[in-house]
Amino acid sequence: MEKQVLVIFPHPDDEAFGTAGLMTKFINEGVPVTYACATLGEMGRNMGNPFFATRETLPEVRKKELKDACQAMGVNDLRMLGFRDKTLEFEDPELLVSTFSKLVDELKPSLVITFYPGYGIHPDHDACGAAVVEAIRRLPASDRPTLYTLPITPDRESVLGKPDKVFDVTDVLDTKIKTIEAHRSQTEAMVARLDDGSLDPNSDIMTFIKQESFWIYPFDE
Amino acid sequence: MKPILIEEVQDILETFENKELYFHLETTSGAYAAQNKEKLAVGAYIRNGSLQFTNVKIAGSGPFRVGFKLKEGWMYAEGLTDYQLDDGRLLMAGHDDSGRLAIAVQLSYTPFD
Ligand SMILES: [Zn+2]
Repeated sequence: MEKQVLVIFPHPDDEAFGTAGLMTKFINEGVPVTYACATLGEMGRNMGNPFFATRETLPEVRKKELKDACQAMGVNDLRMLGFRDKTLEFEDPELLVSTFSKLVDELKPSLVITFYPGYGIHPDHDACGAAVVEAIRRLPASDRPTLYTLPITPDRESVLGKPDKVFDVTDVLDTKIKTIEAHRSQTEAMVARLDDGSLDPNSDIMTFIKQESFWIYPFDE
Repeated sequence: MKPILIEEVQDILETFENKELYFHLETTSGAYAAQNKEKLAVGAYIRNGSLQFTNVKIAGSGPFRVGFKLKEGWMYAEGLTDYQLDDGRLLMAGHDDSGRLAIAVQLSYTPFD
């Protein structure tokens, strides 16, 4: 059993599709889960129709959604790290690495979850993943937590092979859907389809939501 | 935000003439647009740049264009559909039919957060 899980993503909602089920499973088992979210997704584009936000109010909207999502999953240690959306790749990498190193030193996680650098599609995903990998690489090999990484590019399996860990999250699907729904500003259109039942339970999207796949990051030594 | 009414916004814009201002200028085709190799993903972003303009004009029949004549140059933007005046700040944005922001131009006397 894991002792402490640390999830590090750049944007509120990054956890929703790929890891909310696994996070919920850990919480149900009594494993402490910390979610560190680097930005508030300030640059999100969806303002709603009718509008629910402006460029200036969106951060507060998404902060509330992030807290609601954590509440849905039962995560009670949420760290909002205060970086700005779409700027992570331009930050001094050392600043990101040291921020994540401090979290790892404090929490001594047995498992860390982030994006697979180079396979993140969004530049913030890649920068976040790279800095987490570096923070963990700096630990002596024997002290390193396991690192589950999420590649999200379509070519992931052809390049990286099959995932090392595949979790069926059907048992916590309700919570996962509540988590996805909490990020309303990002997921509204999809949620509408979940709610009205127009999504076939056997459709690709439902199959995709019911499974969470991770690649264990291969450190060289 | 509400749909731009050209006369109303022109009047508001003119109140900002010849003053030290902070501006936010942003265009984006979305970070995920880079996935589509056939299309060039573009975007630009300036937050809390400072400028002063001597003249300003909003033009078009919607979506609108706005041009600022600076002391020593120009700044302009197109594709604006909506605006809002809050706390003395003017927010203008261009949203597509589904409410996705594609461009924003904002003026303020104090820095944006
Ligand atoms: Zn993201």
